[in-house]
Amino acid sequence: MRRAIDPERLSFEATFAFIALVCIFFLLFPSVIILILSFTGEETLHFPPRSYSTRWYAALWEANEIRDAAWVSIRVAALTTVGSVGLGVAAALAIYRSKAAWARVLDMLFMSPLILPALAFGFAILMMFSLLGFRPSIWTLAIGHIAVCVPFVLRTTLASLSQLDPALLESSRSLGAGELHTFRRVTLPLIRRGVIAGGFIAFMASFDNVPVSLFLQDARTQVLPIHLWDIIHNQLDSRAASASGVLILVTLAAMVIMERVSGVTRFMK
Amino acid sequence: MDRPVQQGNPRLTTGATGPRLGGGEWRLALPLALFFLAFFLAPLVLLVSISFYDDPRMTTVGTGQYEAFFGDLLNLEVLWETLLLGAKATLLCLVAGYPVAWLCARSSGRVQGILLFVIILPILTSVVVRTFAWVVILGREGLINQAIVGLGLSAEPIRLLFSELGVVIVLAQVQMPLMVLPLLTTLQRIDPNLADASAALGAGAWRTFFKVTLPLSLPGILAGSILVYAACVTAFVTHTLIGGVRLLYMPLFIFQQAMDLQNWPFAAAISVMFMISVLLVIALLVALSRSSRSQIYG
Repeated sequence: MRRAIDPERLSFEATFAFIALVCIFFLLFPSVIILILSFTGEETLHFPPRSYSTRWYAALWEANEIRDAAWVSIRVAALTTVGSVGLGVAAALAIYRSKAAWARVLDMLFMSPLILPALAFGFAILMMFSLLGFRPSIWTLAIGHIAVCVPFVLRTTLASLSQLDPALLESSRSLGAGELHTFRRVTLPLIRRGVIAGGFIAFMASFDNVPVSLFLQDARTQVLPIHLWDIIHNQLDSRAASASGVLILVTLAAMVIMERVSGVTRFMK
Repeated sequence: MDRPVQQGNPRLTTGATGPRLGGGEWRLALPLALFFLAFFLAPLVLLVSISFYDDPRMTTVGTGQYEAFFGDLLNLEVLWETLLLGAKATLLCLVAGYPVAWLCARSSGRVQGILLFVIILPILTSVVVRTFAWVVILGREGLINQAIVGLGLSAEPIRLLFSELGVVIVLAQVQMPLMVLPLLTTLQRIDPNLADASAALGAGAWRTFFKVTLPLSLPGILAGSILVYAACVTAFVTHTLIGGVRLLYMPLFIFQQAMDLQNWPFAAAISVMFMISVLLVIALLVALSRSSRSQIYG
């Protein structure tokens, strides 16, 4: 009797599903465009390409500047990951275990780089380093990146910790295990996935960071995203497309692997 | 003193660990706290201090930079345009992203896993790469203009690249995952019985959405909007690649003053104004959602 199709419900669901599908299409669209474009056989970037080749990937091999920039970015991202995980996991343990007010305050402080304009912070830390006489290096870059990447590690680690059964830690302690032993043998294995996911996100965030690197890099330590930005902004070299193609494929592969290892998508919600 | 109590009454043991935990936990947070003190708070304090120098060589102290900032309407316009750009992009992102979260929350198992993967992949892909695609798509001879001219919708290509509309669209697209993920989390927590109850009481699907689901998802809307807004106003790459040099927003403005003109005090002053304004907008968002929440439950 009331089985008839409800036109209002239909209009609601159709509208929402339509917008959602269009948006999901557009989430993938840019990466697909760049991948197609990176196989162009032409001199200039024009979509769709009239002919296809792998010549721009081959050209990448001789692009020393792109390779140098990529190497700087990888080293900075690795340092940032180590620093963020070390500092972030320790802080997450403290914040998780303490119910005191300072823990809430620190939590807010450590998360604040996510909402504060990163570019203003980048400029601020540049001034500090330069007044202290620190020369720009991958170390200063990494320090700036850690400040803006640590929130990711903190968030995923806290998410893992919140699912931890405190009784396990209690029993480890009451069985006589010390703090460090409990951490290594009980806590760490249980929160491993959160820590790995956080480290992965921190690595990618550092690798992709522009607002902080913009101020902390110099001619010798130009990072890859800014080098690519420079190419796209100024001459629109076709190698930008093939370099982007490599980045897309590497990101995709890394994410598939990390999804297996740590279920990274669960931690990003 | 740090030795765990090894024998004796288990209740005594837990009793003894309680206060010890409360007292010693801060030590684990100390390294990051010191790091933040030295490399996050100290630079920000320095930024504020430097903004109170009157001259680029930093010799005389005063409020000259702020007077200069407020004295020229052009500066205020750049700030206003940046804040407005963030608001437009966030709004578009919300309207477009909500259905994505809705669809994802409704789907189950494998489909949801795939959808999540598709939503998260762009966050991890370089922003430069994703924006680069839009340069190609929106350009004068880009895909969209080929379609528009080809379909006869317009005789001339439309100016999308280097226009504010283009920047808003690309920002909304590039930052969309940041909106969808918190929204999805809240939508999944809403009790489906509430929507059923609303339907049983005779409300249609649209009415149920606007009166039940939407208000209940306000925390997710708020969290997503804050993240997207903060990301949009400081999105240097998108501003410059899509907006070009003629559309000036705060990030490029700060960069030009700091690096090209080497005018640190003025760059510091506009950075401070920029940070304060962004934090005020976020505070406003929080306050708005608080008051509307009290209306729902009050």
